[in-house]
Amino acid sequence: MIVNAVTAVLVIPAFAAMLLAALPGYRLTARINVLATALTLLCALSLFFGRPAAGAYLIVDDLNATFIVLTTFVGFTTSVFSASYIGHELDIGRLTPPFVRFYHAMYQVLMFAMNLALVANNIGLMWVAIEIATLTTVLMVGIYRTHEALEAAWKYFILGSVGIALALFGTILVYMAARPVVGEGLDAMVWSVLVTRAGAFDPALLDLAFIFLLLGYGTKVGLAPLHAWLPDAHAEGPTPISAVLSGLLLNVALYALLRFKMLLAANPGALAPGPLMVSLGLLSLVFAAFMLYRRRDIKRLFAYSSIEHMGIITFAFGMGGPLANFAGLLHMTMHSLTKSAIFFAVGHVAQVKGTQRIADMGGLTETHPLLGWGLILGVVAIAGLPPLGIFMSEFLVVSSTFARAPLLAIVLVLGLLVALGGLFLRLNSIAFGEPRGPAAKAQASYVPMFAHLFLVLIAGIYMPPALVAWFQNVAGLLG
Amino acid sequence: MSPIDFDIAHMLAGLLVLISFLELYQDRLYALLNVYAAHALVLALSVAWQAFIQDAPHLYVTAVIALVFKAAVIPVALHRIIVRLGIHRGIEKVVSIGMTMLAGMGLVALSLVVMLRVTQQAGRLAQEDLAFALSVVLLGLLMMVTRRNAVGQVVGFMSLENGLVLAATGAKGMPLVVEISVAFSILIAFIVIGIFLFRIRERFDTVDVQVMDSFRGEHR
Repeated sequence: MIVNAVTAVLVIPAFAAMLLAALPGYRLTARINVLATALTLLCALSLFFGRPAAGAYLIVDDLNATFIVLTTFVGFTTSVFSASYIGHELDIGRLTPPFVRFYHAMYQVLMFAMNLALVANNIGLMWVAIEIATLTTVLMVGIYRTHEALEAAWKYFILGSVGIALALFGTILVYMAARPVVGEGLDAMVWSVLVTRAGAFDPALLDLAFIFLLLGYGTKVGLAPLHAWLPDAHAEGPTPISAVLSGLLLNVALYALLRFKMLLAANPGALAPGPLMVSLGLLSLVFAAFMLYRRRDIKRLFAYSSIEHMGIITFAFGMGGPLANFAGLLHMTMHSLTKSAIFFAVGHVAQVKGTQRIADMGGLTETHPLLGWGLILGVVAIAGLPPLGIFMSEFLVVSSTFARAPLLAIVLVLGLLVALGGLFLRLNSIAFGEPRGPAAKAQASYVPMFAHLFLVLIAGIYMPPALVAWFQNVAGLLG
Repeated sequence: MSPIDFDIAHMLAGLLVLISFLELYQDRLYALLNVYAAHALVLALSVAWQAFIQDAPHLYVTAVIALVFKAAVIPVALHRIIVRLGIHRGIEKVVSIGMTMLAGMGLVALSLVVMLRVTQQAGRLAQEDLAFALSVVLLGLLMMVTRRNAVGQVVGFMSLENGLVLAATGAKGMPLVVEISVAFSILIAFIVIGIFLFRIRERFDTVDVQVMDSFRGEHR
């Protein structure tokens, strides 16, 4: 028990965080950061082959193994991107060495917190982990200490805090519902115990708990009426953090929500969580799709696109059933990979152009062909065009919806088309036309970006049967 | 449980709701901080009483945290920050006091109607406690949305959090309450340090959040 793969995905980032907080020097710490995330990824991959039994605090099943591998993989590639990105920020003096040290330590704390939230079997522990993740990202969003960065951090802080406060109230209510059945004490907060006995819980209490949890964790997912923090936090923080926020942290909050959805599904008297999630998801999708049109800041553009895609994923999970859950899982994976790849490109683009204003960049394919075409490929993928992976997952979401609720599918397709238009309108002025802004050579690391896009392309053309079987299995778990 | 145990727990929880109302109509920052200190003090008493009647000694830790950290350290620290940063002492409100109080009463009625009905199986004490706790949480939220000052919003958040601690201690035998209250204290410490370190006053020349919101994203 002392050393196994589950504790390792927690211990390695925690230890690395302490080490990175103590070590000066950018080159060394950036390498240690990459090394630590690589080790964590290896441990996470080993979870596919053998895993310890669920305890009172930690659990690994097929559902969260998927999330952990995705999280540690994107965490690893982002740390590679971050090494070159932060190096450039240090060169131009936007960050000073003490802040870089702080940044690296916080990066590992964030990895630790996300992994902890994913492996937590105790719903209280899960809440604490999501709180830590929120705090670290708040600190990282504000790291440039400009007017806008502080404002974004403050907004994120207050809205995020209210969100997790509501989630805690929901967690307490779940405990209250479980107590008469499971008995007092630790067991009544252990998810694996709760889900087996949930049938006997008081449905009214469970319903109320889910409303609070949906509002609370939904704020962290960035669902539409609760999304106000998300574009600011994405735009003002360092780009590697935007990539991790969009690609990972939103998923982690959604994962927490899914765990509670499974609790409700196990209780015949409780309300169906599906329609709530479907309506929030659709609202996010349509709202964000229209918001894409008037963005002037490139990172805010893709932040709204994240809201849109989290909406699609929440919608798919809300529809439920094997096919929609499969589509939701696939879409989540594809979105994480694609969106972080886009942010890798956007980070370097913003660095070479010295601005995030879309109006000040243009003709990227002429001045920086690799970055430009990488970005185009990423946007083509995120907009859901064939043959890339997101096309397939969106197609599955739409087709499974058409079979069951054609009216909802029409709204869904409308939202997707509006978003597609918005993205290409903006992409056109960034990638083509008269070159604008500086044309200096980019000191970029292209490997993480193209690695992600390559995976997305492969998934769109040929999904290995083993992966399909795995996702089907997890989709079955979600009910 | 003897009736007097229940009555005292009931009284302390009710007092917390009452003090939340007092917070709602303060229009001076110092006075607001004093009322918040009283809020935290009543919370400490309430938690200590729950620890006593539930025979749960670990809850005394939560009570001590509430007493030392929330009732003393935080108000004093915020007081000094207001002096040091020269923050304007008045509280800018979005909605008039009368409307806020009416909305507050509506929220309390809502939480009583919802919670008393939903928690019928949970036992009388827990039922009342949760209803009061939700009232405190909703009043805290109301305070956050009706204040424009950063400090006012923080106090709103802190009283919201007091409501959560009340709910957690009212849920008999709930594990991790101490850990959760520590986690929340860290969160609050971060907020307070944040106000100071980020020097909201220097950066924005005001703690009026409406002025802070100058850019709202796209004004660049």
